Amino acid sequence: MEAEIPHLGGGREIDGKSMHNVRLIARLDVKGPNLVKGIQLEGLRKMGNPNKFAKKYYDEGIDEIIYMDIVASLYERDNIKEIVRRTSEDIFIPVTVGGGIRSVEDAREILRAGADKVAINTAAIKNPQLISDVSKRFGSQCMVLSIEAKRKGEGQWEAYYDYGREKTGIDVVQWAQKGYELGAGEILLTSIDMEGSAKGFDIELVRTISEMLPIPVIASGGMGSVDDLEQVVREGRADAVAMAHVLHYGMYSVGEVKEECLRRGIKVRV
Amino acid sequence: MKNVVIVDYGMGNLLSVQRAFEHCGARVRITSSPAQIEKAEFLVLPGVGAFADGMRELEGRGLVKPIRAFAKTGRPFLGICLGMQMMLETSEEFGIYEGLALIPGKVVMIPKSGPDGTSHKIPHIGWNSLLPLHENGDWDNTILHGISPGETVYFVHSFSAAPVHPRNDLADCSYNGLRLCAAIQSGNAYGCQFHPEKSSSAGLRIIRNFLEIQSLKE
Repeated sequence: MEAEIPHLGGGREIDGKSMHNVRLIARLDVKGPNLVKGIQLEGLRKMGNPNKFAKKYYDEGIDEIIYMDIVASLYERDNIKEIVRRTSEDIFIPVTVGGGIRSVEDAREILRAGADKVAINTAAIKNPQLISDVSKRFGSQCMVLSIEAKRKGEGQWEAYYDYGREKTGIDVVQWAQKGYELGAGEILLTSIDMEGSAKGFDIELVRTISEMLPIPVIASGGMGSVDDLEQVVREGRADAVAMAHVLHYGMYSVGEVKEECLRRGIKVRV
Repeated sequence: MKNVVIVDYGMGNLLSVQRAFEHCGARVRITSSPAQIEKAEFLVLPGVGAFADGMRELEGRGLVKPIRAFAKTGRPFLGICLGMQMMLETSEEFGIYEGLALIPGKVVMIPKSGPDGTSHKIPHIGWNSLLPLHENGDWDNTILHGISPGETVYFVHSFSAAPVHPRNDLADCSYNGLRLCAAIQSGNAYGCQFHPEKSSSAGLRIIRNFLEIQSLKE
């Protein structure tokens, strides 16, 4: 039992900053009824029932789940709602759902199905006011701004949407700042260049946004090993790390990721 | 079977709370009926969002008096997140607002930096450890019965409860060196700043304790 007030959350210093438990998030990209895994946001491989994967990760100790409905056409919305509804029956950790949320009403339906947060990209680019509307109606903790970033050059990224297919001409750094000002509670930051590569995160991207904004940044896209996770936490200053490839292909269990984090002095929930 | 009434006042997602209580064996009714709230066996006030909005929604539905009346009966009450903050007397969230005043104290903004001057992210989002107030902090026979100090639960908040009396402060957490109130208690009225319904097995344990609070005390 700890008697004294533990300083800095009982954590250790990283580059002079205090460390909190890094959130480990399983990202499940969903197409219709299937979990899929993409390579650089193209070329999809069907992996199976997303609920089974989510439950496995929950039982192994994952901190959060993100479902991304990558088709999200009007006709297939019921699939994701059913997946979310089933998830809420036996998974008691935060669940974020993204893909195809175009209005406050869409967000309400997803939340009503059992999600805790919505991640919005395309509709926010087309109508930034949606960020404020969702944040005001359900609270900023519900409003995750999803940004797909493609590197343009040193310290420059362009925002994309539709799973990395459509470019916007919008500068990611400015967009993230604007999203925060409009009321986003978190940023889900996916590197299109690294997504599916299993070659590590875009560290500079994550660090740029995480240091700029006072809200949490979830690093997504590229994790191939715990080395990558360590780098994006220590150097990229990610508040949370989304992983897909390493879990879906069974390279690590969640428990193994956590053990490896602890061994390296990265604080995670145990 | 325990009958749980969850107050529906338009603030946030009640489904997760409902599912978690059902998972723990309770029969759940979601309602904004003052009569049903007053005669509930167990009452749960969840909610996310701003304090002023929450109180306005409760007042608009005529629920402030029934909730206060319920709390006076001594039957088990649980406020979660915003529901916990509204158990206090006032909030400084964008002005000064009055709460349910079940427990003396106020709600204040989480300071923007820690004691050493370093900044941190707000909201405080994530899994953080529950810490007792005293070295021999006793959680036995409370909703934290069987929870080990240091066990982690899921938080999302920008404001923090500050109960006047340490005896009402059941547990804290530490965020960038700041000690923040994590749970409050007065008799059978409990409040959790964290989300037990999103805190995996520790959270489910806390919900089960709440449902068994009478037998725990016997």
